[in-house]
Amino acid sequence: MLEILREYGLMLLVGEYPHGKLGGLALTLIISIASLVITFPCAVMIALARTGQSRPFKAVASGFVHCVRAVPLLMLIFWAYFALPIVIGFPIDATYTLILAIVIYQAAYLGEIIAAGIEGLSKGQMEAAKALGLGYIPTTFRVILPQALFNVIPGIVNQLTTIIKESSLGSIIAVSELSYVMLQVNSNEVTKPLQIFGILAATYFILCFALSQATSWLERGIASKRTGRVVVEAVA
Amino acid sequence: MGYQLDFGKVLQGEYLELILQGVQTTMVLFVLSWIFGLVLAIVLTVVRAIEFRPTQLLVAAFVEYHRNVPVLIQLFVWYFGLAVVLPDVVNDYLNDIGAEIGYAIVALALNKAAYMSEDFRSGMRSIHPAQMEAARSIGLTYLGAMRWVILPQAWRLALPALLGQTLILFKGTSLAAGIGVAELSYQARYIEEQSFRIFEAYGIATAIYMLISFAIMWLSSALSKRFRLRVK
Repeated sequence: MLEILREYGLMLLVGEYPHGKLGGLALTLIISIASLVITFPCAVMIALARTGQSRPFKAVASGFVHCVRAVPLLMLIFWAYFALPIVIGFPIDATYTLILAIVIYQAAYLGEIIAAGIEGLSKGQMEAAKALGLGYIPTTFRVILPQALFNVIPGIVNQLTTIIKESSLGSIIAVSELSYVMLQVNSNEVTKPLQIFGILAATYFILCFALSQATSWLERGIASKRTGRVVVEAVA
Repeated sequence: MGYQLDFGKVLQGEYLELILQGVQTTMVLFVLSWIFGLVLAIVLTVVRAIEFRPTQLLVAAFVEYHRNVPVLIQLFVWYFGLAVVLPDVVNDYLNDIGAEIGYAIVALALNKAAYMSEDFRSGMRSIHPAQMEAARSIGLTYLGAMRWVILPQAWRLALPALLGQTLILFKGTSLAAGIGVAELSYQARYIEEQSFRIFEAYGIATAIYMLISFAIMWLSSALSKRFRLRVK
């Protein structure tokens, strides 16, 4: 196992870089964070439409969410990778199609998380803002969203874990992220698949486990901030 | 752009047969992994409920591994990893009978078992311990209290999450394409390569996935409503 790490460790981290394209763990992280950053505003819009008063917006947003949730991510990736270049008439880099597919997929899920955060606020918030004479825009952006988004921070971080795991599907369309690199290593070193995939699994595990620990730590912190007292488990 | 949509091209003869085979394989993956996953999840939940530290830690490690490693990698570990461990004779035999689907079922079932056992556990945990004490104090045995007081509530509390896992598992069967199991998305990809009918091939596969997913969603919301825990 150590020889593999010694020989391919750098490749695991950055792929062919600096002699070729950036890949490996670095690309996995870039894809995941970029996907989350692009998804975020889309998800906020979906959440606002889902929880708002306008019926047509509500219908469109809930239609989108239901349809996306009914399709496997792999199918979205196939659409983005194989069909989209034909529709727009020019080829796009596989990395971008992967990000696009993840953004569409996650917009639906993150949108639901943020919508739940908005719905979790007491109705009095909205009513108080209205009573003070605030319009829709200031109410939404200065009263509702700051509180709702703060409360769903753990959910958002948790979604980053999900995205990191989902980005492994890039290996199917030859995006040179972590899994793809290790599949390449595996075809070079045909006799050690158990070690190679063990290292691969361990890398994802360390990353995602750390993030999910961070999520539960954030959850406790935010819960204590909301209730105004320290939650007992946080101390114990 | 000069592309004529023609679903007839894909919905006939050999291609139609491939699609139907794909649907069948997808359903076999889904149903078998679900059943095995559920049974193992119940076993895991029981083992974790027993106050014995080493086994509890083992179950926790099992759950964390399956929750923090991508499903695709779990499939790779079984598919590529197991082949080295097994003797050649067994491998040859497995290759002859097309064992990819077996690896996929094992990987998906173990993965779902981890998630479902967590759902069961959180269902159990949300029932106040005083209920158990009250049940024991009116003379029920431990098992009797479980049977008549705790479990009837716990499974109802866990149900929505379990149904959510069911939908995720159904969609997750598409990942088996990554190790060469000829399920629906694999067949769609194959037909697209053979016929260059991109939109028809993916369109039909997507429509089938949606149809089955919507059926699962509809059934889930009906069941959740039917078995909702009504307090007061």
